[in-house]
Amino acid sequence: MRTRFGLLFAALVAAVLVSGCGEREQVVVYKQGKYQGKPDSKPWDNDPGSALYTTSKWTRGDKTGWETALRSRNQSQNEYTRAE
Amino acid sequence: MARMKFLCDAERCIECNGCVTACKQENEVPWGVNRRRVVTLNDGIPGERSISVACMHCSDAPCMAVCPVDCFYRTDEGVVLHDKDLCIGCGYCFYACPFGAPQFPQAGAFGLRGKMDKCTFCAGGPEKDNSKEEYAKYGSNRLAQGKLPACAEMCSTKALLGGDSDIISDIYRQRVLKRGKGSEVWGWGTAYGKPDNPQAKPPQGAKS
Repeated sequence: MRTRFGLLFAALVAAVLVSGCGEREQVVVYKQGKYQGKPDSKPWDNDPGSALYTTSKWTRGDKTGWETALRSRNQSQNEYTRAE
Repeated sequence: MARMKFLCDAERCIECNGCVTACKQENEVPWGVNRRRVVTLNDGIPGERSISVACMHCSDAPCMAVCPVDCFYRTDEGVVLHDKDLCIGCGYCFYACPFGAPQFPQAGAFGLRGKMDKCTFCAGGPEKDNSKEEYAKYGSNRLAQGKLPACAEMCSTKALLGGDSDIISDIYRQRVLKRGKGSEVWGWGTAYGKPDNPQAKPPQGAKS
């Protein structure tokens, strides 16, 4: 029993040691047609209060709120609605 | 929300270069790199037209198709962005782009190209939103602040519209109906025309 445990332990230690000798790919392997860069966060996953001069209001993670805020801001480009 | 788009009203553009200045200031774009510029057709001839040009964030972006390292991606809002950590500055995107949007800062002697820089629709890039790293690499992330691109918001005559395509096309439609002319939108056929549709052609400019 003791010998078996010793063998198992030795095998485990050997496996851990050998794994350190593994050779990993040092360069990025590109897959054609697929974005290879870092993932980007969503614009609505932010606290709007952290930015200066922000008129838009939404709560962090609220996509619909962000869209509504941006839509209303978009309307400021229409001077017909502002003038009439 | 529909896709984010730019729309330049050639009837209104007065070639003031306010959009260029706004972009430069907002994103601290280095000397020699112009993310946005104003192009004048038939300069000096009666009926000349000016158009503000930058990355149009195309539906079927040619830059994405030709990039050998696939550093481009499209956000949920339809904004075409890229990862500068991956870009190798090969310049393929510059040759592919119909708008001449990709810009390359000089990175050394003998005209060595740096990493590509282009209009981000003021949406930053793949770094933490509104972080120093994002600002240094890509400029301001106004979308994450609930704002629209600085160039469009700064335009004095509101010739340059930027934002949700449904809304800006509504604004433009209303304008055209009021003035009764100038319905051609420069660049929209090229940027947003369906690739599988051979009928999609850029509108013939300077007719109105």
